[in-house]
Amino acid sequence: MINSDTTILEKEPERAAASTPVSLVRRIGGLSDRAIAWLFITPTIALLLAINIFPLIWAVRLSFTNYRANRPNAVLETVGLQNYQRVLTDSDIWIAMQTTAHFVFWTILLQTLIGFSLAYLIDRKFRGHAFWTTVILIPMMLSPAVVGNFWRFLYQPQIGLFNYIVSYITGVPPSSFEMLGSVSLAPWSIIIVDTWMWTPYVMLICLAGLRSIPDYIYEAAEVDRASAWRQFWSITIPMALPFIMLAVLFRGIENFKMFDMVMLLTGGGPGSTTEVASITLKREAFESWRTGRASAFAIILFVAVFGLANIYVNALNRVKQR
Amino acid sequence: MKTMCRPLLGATMVLGLSTALPSLAQADELTLCWAAWDPANALVELSKDFTAQSGTQMKFEFVPWPNFADRILNELNSGGKLCDLLIGDSQWIGGSAENGYYVKLNDFFDKEGIKMSDFAEAAVNAYSTWPKGTPNYWALPAMGDANAWFYRKDWFNKPEIQAEFKAATGRDLAPPTTWDELLETAKFFNGKEIDGKKVYGAAIFTERASEGITMGATQALYPYGFKYENTPGKYDMDGAVNSEGAVKGLEAYKELYKCCTPPGYTDAYMGETLDAFKSGQAAMAMNWFAFFPGLAKDENVGGDRIGFFVNPKEATAASTLGGQGISVVANTDNMDGALAYIKWFAQPEVQKKWWQLGGYAVHNAVLNDPSFKDSQPFAADFLVAMNQVQDFWQEPSYAILLQAAQKRFHDYVVADQGTAKEALDGLVKDWTEIFEDEGKL
Repeated sequence: MINSDTTILEKEPERAAASTPVSLVRRIGGLSDRAIAWLFITPTIALLLAINIFPLIWAVRLSFTNYRANRPNAVLETVGLQNYQRVLTDSDIWIAMQTTAHFVFWTILLQTLIGFSLAYLIDRKFRGHAFWTTVILIPMMLSPAVVGNFWRFLYQPQIGLFNYIVSYITGVPPSSFEMLGSVSLAPWSIIIVDTWMWTPYVMLICLAGLRSIPDYIYEAAEVDRASAWRQFWSITIPMALPFIMLAVLFRGIENFKMFDMVMLLTGGGPGSTTEVASITLKREAFESWRTGRASAFAIILFVAVFGLANIYVNALNRVKQR
Repeated sequence: MKTMCRPLLGATMVLGLSTALPSLAQADELTLCWAAWDPANALVELSKDFTAQSGTQMKFEFVPWPNFADRILNELNSGGKLCDLLIGDSQWIGGSAENGYYVKLNDFFDKEGIKMSDFAEAAVNAYSTWPKGTPNYWALPAMGDANAWFYRKDWFNKPEIQAEFKAATGRDLAPPTTWDELLETAKFFNGKEIDGKKVYGAAIFTERASEGITMGATQALYPYGFKYENTPGKYDMDGAVNSEGAVKGLEAYKELYKCCTPPGYTDAYMGETLDAFKSGQAAMAMNWFAFFPGLAKDENVGGDRIGFFVNPKEATAASTLGGQGISVVANTDNMDGALAYIKWFAQPEVQKKWWQLGGYAVHNAVLNDPSFKDSQPFAADFLVAMNQVQDFWQEPSYAILLQAAQKRFHDYVVADQGTAKEALDGLVKDWTEIFEDEGKL
């Protein structure tokens, strides 16, 4: 049986060659491997240039002009570094950056702590762990638009379930506080939703890290009579750290450009309390129509994220090499 | 060969016809763009007469209000051909005229005998002219509108509530005529239990993203004396935008928001205030006249249970302008058809039917009709409001000016940041910077 299977597999390339039209074989046959490789990747490169690189270069160009998309016929003037100077000296933009930093810090902290804890529990392989893993993953499978609208209802002060649960636990009337309308609570309402939605993602990456630790290391530690606490700090954490750092990197980049959830939940309000950088950018570009200034802001954001991500990836590589 | 040629010829003809037919259909078709709201449905009904008379099929592109400006202004900016006719917001007229998005209609009006003097003067000024007040017409007034108020007449008529109000305030319970009375009435109702349900004083506009809070706050600012400029056309805003009266007006709006709106109404616009009222939560609410025909007919709160009142005065009588004019988009492929629609729409008979269907005609043939005031429970208030309307900047840069106002008002009213004076001083600073960028200062 094995022999006959092997024979079939051996004959497969011959059959494929036989069914290929002769002219095509001849045409491709005249090309080098390198040329064929280029033939295949050229469409992808062309697409990338068209939808990624060209807009980037165009945005850089616009950032040095007074261009406004709602006045396409106006004379385009080069304004040098004026747009960059205005962005960097605009107090509203710095407040938006602080708001963004606040979200990024707290969401990453909470998601990493809860995500790793859940992964650690799931890795114990208790009865029904597969079922609970699936249940925990459900929030990240939902569309952000659905999650945003869903939580808007939950946070509704008069009929929202969230307020009723808090009321049940604390005894305060449910309509006495507004998660989305209060200056002090609105930022936390977004952090709660983002943490609810994306903690499973962090958990999944951490779980992969925990599962990659070979059992024999723990067995050796058992032989050396290392305590569970010592095993956790000396084996589990160091060996899962590259995975945790990877999760932090992914969530950091995602949350730095957080837009949909904030827009759906608070629209940046109340006032400008939850106006993160991406919302300021959108308002600048598509509501105020200062396209040149918005391009400058986008370039600054891009450079910041790119630079921070590079530093972080270097650190990640150093940890992996240890 | 002959047998092969016939199918080929047939196929070519079918192909030719199939490509020609859509363009033939397109010539007899017009697309009208507007916001998706009650009056748009009335316009669909009205336009059936135009189709019957002209044979031109009407298509409609109605965009929900929160996305209306984004969607349509993007369309105009990108030179799109979606709309042949556009009922655009009054504030867009400056930019659309200067950027060549609208067709100037003076010659057409002269040729067809359409006179702007046949329409209410305030409406023509607001919806048709650019530069403001000059006889340069870029639209035909299509839908008069202003921000006004409605209240639970059945609650106001309850003897026990009337007695309680009299005891508390010393005056009879009636629709407020001043902002002081409005605040007093809202505070009276707020937190009261009526028909076994806790109710709130007033539902007002607080929306942040598009134009909501500005349209709401100006309803208080204008009566208290807020002006955009000290001298019209000079952009000298300091002392007008942040005048003592303007500060009082903004404080009054915040007071109304803080004391008397239902919980969770921190980002509320048209839909939310309607919801608050229809669900029996609010004793009073603000909204555009456009919604009043629907409210008057509402099964739960309409009929005898609802009353309407024009925006209360304070130092002066004023209402925030809504409404739109209908313009021909310069990029249309069907200019003749679009102009034919405008000509048809300007007829007094069509304007009368427009009002009957729920649209707010501002043709004098409608407004001056002796039966007009009694034709709807809010018709008399509409006449009063249209004679005292004030509009936001209609400058080409209106979108940036509006965003600055949205931010300053929301920061102060909803987010409790700073004082009213600081908010208005900040607005003067923002607007000054915008006009300097525009080269107007």
